[in-house]
Amino acid sequence: MKKRSVFLLAALAMVLSFSSAITAMAEDIHVGCIFAITGKASWLGEPERNTAEMVAKKINAAGGINGKKLVLHIEDDQGDNTQAVNAVNKLIKKDKVCAIIGPSTSGTSMAVVPIVQEAKIPLLSCAGAAVIVEPASERKWVFKTPQKDSDCVKRIYDHMKGKGIKDIGIISSTSGFGDAGRNQLKKIAAEYGINIVADETYDPTATDMTAQLVKIKNAGAQAVVNWSIEPAQAIVPQNIKQLKLTIPLYQSHGFGNLKYAAAAGEAGEGLIFPAGRLLAVDTVADDHPQKKVLVDYRNEYESTYKDKVSTFGGHAYDALYILTNAMKKVGDDPAKIRDEIEKTEFVGTAGIFKFSPTDHCGLDKTAFEMLTVKNGKFVVLTE
Amino acid sequence: MIWIQHDPVIDSGHILLKSLFFYPVLKKQIRKNITGRAMTESTISDILQFMFMGIQRGCIYALAAIGFNMIYNATGIINFAQGEFVVIGGLMMVTLTMTWNLPIPLAFLLTTAFVTLIGIAMERFTINPVKHPTVLRLIIITIAVSIIIKGAAMCFWGKNSHFMRHFSSAETLDFYGATILPQTIWIIGILLFIVAGYIFFFNYTMTGKCMRACAINRDAARLAGINDRKMVMLSFALSAGIGAIAGIIITPIIQMDYARGALLGIKGFGAAVLGGLGNSMGAIIAGVLIGVLEALAAGYISSHYMDAIALIILLLVLFVRPSGLFGSSEAMRLKEF
Repeated sequence: MKKRSVFLLAALAMVLSFSSAITAMAEDIHVGCIFAITGKASWLGEPERNTAEMVAKKINAAGGINGKKLVLHIEDDQGDNTQAVNAVNKLIKKDKVCAIIGPSTSGTSMAVVPIVQEAKIPLLSCAGAAVIVEPASERKWVFKTPQKDSDCVKRIYDHMKGKGIKDIGIISSTSGFGDAGRNQLKKIAAEYGINIVADETYDPTATDMTAQLVKIKNAGAQAVVNWSIEPAQAIVPQNIKQLKLTIPLYQSHGFGNLKYAAAAGEAGEGLIFPAGRLLAVDTVADDHPQKKVLVDYRNEYESTYKDKVSTFGGHAYDALYILTNAMKKVGDDPAKIRDEIEKTEFVGTAGIFKFSPTDHCGLDKTAFEMLTVKNGKFVVLTE
Repeated sequence: MIWIQHDPVIDSGHILLKSLFFYPVLKKQIRKNITGRAMTESTISDILQFMFMGIQRGCIYALAAIGFNMIYNATGIINFAQGEFVVIGGLMMVTLTMTWNLPIPLAFLLTTAFVTLIGIAMERFTINPVKHPTVLRLIIITIAVSIIIKGAAMCFWGKNSHFMRHFSSAETLDFYGATILPQTIWIIGILLFIVAGYIFFFNYTMTGKCMRACAINRDAARLAGINDRKMVMLSFALSAGIGAIAGIIITPIIQMDYARGALLGIKGFGAAVLGGLGNSMGAIIAGVLIGVLEALAAGYISSHYMDAIALIILLLVLFVRPSGLFGSSEAMRLKEF
């Protein structure tokens, strides 16, 4: 008898907990996140994960989305295409999410594009390559929040034009980031009347680039552009100083990590690179529309995680706010969310977003600010 | 951010293919670069500059290659954790000099001792207890150890890259129109010092001679009363120590992060094969040779092809002399692997 009642109680408890789980499912809003939290691209995924958790907590503390709780399902793809595809399938089929944020890298983002297109679930990628969202007609369900590498090139060429620089040498790393940048540099050069007189590369494990730089010098370049995201890029300014080259050095937005400036040391002083304003928050003009967002995000992140803020976490910040703003208006129907994002205007950490049916990135070259290194810190370039 | 996984093996294959297809372009470029220019003072200083760059790269390959050879001679296996010794050496040095502010010579000794202990521990706990040590089994164990060390390094030092200051000043020195960083002189000097120590140890000390005896014929050495297990342990200790030194001297230039081991190991392995597996003097010459060829290729042909050119030379040498430049083909036939 006793045994039986225990059994009944257990069964009752199970039914109850189950039904409560079901009601909870119905009330919460489920959003998927895929970041490269571990593995080779972990320095992208980790701040993105941290930021997403921080923002979700804040949104829920402020009453959630129209009174419903925001639940994040965070997956780690380790920067690997297969794992990213598996994670997206799990999020869509098992967790029944209404939108997905991530993945962190361009490779993994491209790998999951066909799946979200098929499943009709909006995706907000945190990766850089322009091809992820272009052409918009074939990327109906895909958006992205970081700035485009082509806009970075345009900012550099604008600055060169202002200085009367025509002949340049480019040096890029052989990784995906370096290669994409090299192609954009070559593609856009003609548009600005810029002549690439030397085109050199180095592998991300290189320890010395003097041979490449001697070639650039002998080709008569008036400036050097160094395009890479790996630590090896900090060797280039040192080698330029070593060779006593006096021509200006431009870096890509991949230089946007204070550690690289520290590694370049004295040789890095005065180099020029375009980057999101987050890196030089303190020197952004007070009346700039982004100022408040940037300061708030930086203070919040640095006090929560006791770690330096990075632009990568900012991409997840923008993505989650763009998504939740849309959901506050139209609820958790994927198709309605998609349509709403396409109409969104948002002041974020990466820039001022203006999405449209033909532009799923929403940023232009004004999202970049020209920065320079001064006393080991990033500051806005004023000339 | 754009980030496509960078796989050194696939990449070099890709570059190799590209260079084969673009051979005519390559030929034109060589002609343009070499014959189109008179031997002036500036070309001489260029050559010197390329040599400095090549020797610096080559020294690092050579140090990694010596580490591979040492363990290969003692056990007949390739130690895949060799690159990890380099990483731990570099990271430990960063902690000791940048966080604890120890003077560089003291930090150098402590780091080398620490990594040597890791090498000993690796041998004692993973290689020594194996009952039937076949080559394949031991190699797989070294792969496992490399993953464990990498994971541990990630936990201790995080995922960021770490940098440290140069040993002496970062001011460059002029040399017939070419320039050289003091750190490069340190690298070359330390390599020479290690080579001298290596020759002394293996030719003039009893322990060194015992290790050589084991490498030549383990059974005979054991019959002569040499404790071969102890020699294996010693080889792990020495190769870990040399790996640590390699890590220490390159960290001021390249910055170190936990995931660098495999990439650092690959070129060193190439140097070891080119010099003849097991032949450490050959490895040093081959390492410097690869470095110099790469630098000359970057300077006179194109930096896009520099890895491909080093690989093509490696392939050609192996076609003609499968035992490597300095390896003996008879000894090769007797080896298991």
